Amino acid sequence: MTKRFWNEYQKEIADDHFFYERSCIRQTFFPGSEAAFLRIMRDVLHKDIYDEENAHTCTGIGYHSDFVPLETTMTVVARLFSLMKEKGYTNYVPSCVTSFGIFSEMIDMWQHDPELLEKTRENLRKATGREFEMPTNLAHPSDIIYKFREELKQHMKYQLVNRFTGKPLRVVEHVGCHYAKIFPERGIGNAEFPYVLAGMIESWGGEVVDYPERRHCCGFGFRHYLLQENRGYSVANSKKKFESMEPYEPDFIVSNCPGCSMFMDKWQYTIAEMENKTYDRDGYGIPVLTYEEMAGLLLGFDPWELGLQIHQVQSEKLMDKIGIKYDPDAKYRGVNGKILPQPEKPHVLKQ
Amino acid sequence: MINFGYSIAQTRVVNLDNCNFDKLEQLEKIVPSFKRCMNCGACTATCSAQQFTGFNIRKIKSMYQQAQYDKLAKELEQCMLCGKCTLVCPRGVSLRPAVMNMRKILNTK
Repeated sequence: MTKRFWNEYQKEIADDHFFYERSCIRQTFFPGSEAAFLRIMRDVLHKDIYDEENAHTCTGIGYHSDFVPLETTMTVVARLFSLMKEKGYTNYVPSCVTSFGIFSEMIDMWQHDPELLEKTRENLRKATGREFEMPTNLAHPSDIIYKFREELKQHMKYQLVNRFTGKPLRVVEHVGCHYAKIFPERGIGNAEFPYVLAGMIESWGGEVVDYPERRHCCGFGFRHYLLQENRGYSVANSKKKFESMEPYEPDFIVSNCPGCSMFMDKWQYTIAEMENKTYDRDGYGIPVLTYEEMAGLLLGFDPWELGLQIHQVQSEKLMDKIGIKYDPDAKYRGVNGKILPQPEKPHVLKQ
Repeated sequence: MINFGYSIAQTRVVNLDNCNFDKLEQLEKIVPSFKRCMNCGACTATCSAQQFTGFNIRKIKSMYQQAQYDKLAKELEQCMLCGKCTLVCPRGVSLRPAVMNMRKILNTK
């Protein structure tokens, strides 16, 4: 049997009683993903998960753009941990991969330097009068879905199989850089062989596409994106990945990072407009899903409740391939039943 | 087409699979010692031209080996053909003849 290197890199993931912190940006870009994760945890896996409403930024974007100093980030992270302590939880689950990286980094520094930990405790006390404890278990939601992937499979209505050909769907998995590239031992399968998404795809019937630029950055890059003039570098990164994956004809891309999902989705529109180029055969683009959306779709959740209509690259063709039933008329129906205004169609990318 | 206020940066990666190495093979036939270079940069460090201009013989050699010929002919005009590079080369690469022949090959249409 072929040696699977990722087997050597595993991490401990708690079984139950999670404290969930939402992401700053995911609710805008992928509004159904976090709700889908909570629904999966509560209604499918029957786990106890607390959805904290007083959570705030981890400073990730400001920190990685050199605007927020380290001490500030530490104190802000300490406040988030104090919310967890207040609610009586010890298993912290940040929705965002960058938050996961920030927390891993701060915890690592505190563990190596107790004086720094004391200083942060003092800063938090002075600023807010609160106390905090480090979590006993820090896991990204994708870790949890990965852990329970076989259990979820039992509840799934669909598989990652093309119903027309009977062959597994070809899936590009893109793991956010801050998941395992900062602290390789904190990610399933390390930085070189991250298995967190590949594990889900393989368990749920799909085939992982191994292409040359598989571990390349999506192009978000934080400070690299902030200035409009510099965004060409950001697009160039995504373009490099798309060009590399194009010959393998992937059915869709799945990612566990807010930035990656957003950029790989929206840059397809930008490249199509700027260079008249799409990376699939028919000109519709390659759909980009979050892992919650992928799990939700297979579990039979309503695709419009999952927020698939908010994506730049539309997913109807993918859903047709899997055999997922959806109501095309309900695509832009709001919660009050009214049909919302439809977005303008792109010039190049077909919809 | 929409103007987004930026352009897509071109990749700096040289894809050797798409390069045409005819000119390199041509040079290596005339100056076989060209193959012996180990990229130490002694040539560039000694070069009189590089002290006054941006001329970089080591870079030129690398670009030629990677079939990146654009602008190379113009670059090569800066060489004064003094031959100090050939004297200091620890691998005995005949750089002066290499430069002369690179000029000839690149200027041949």
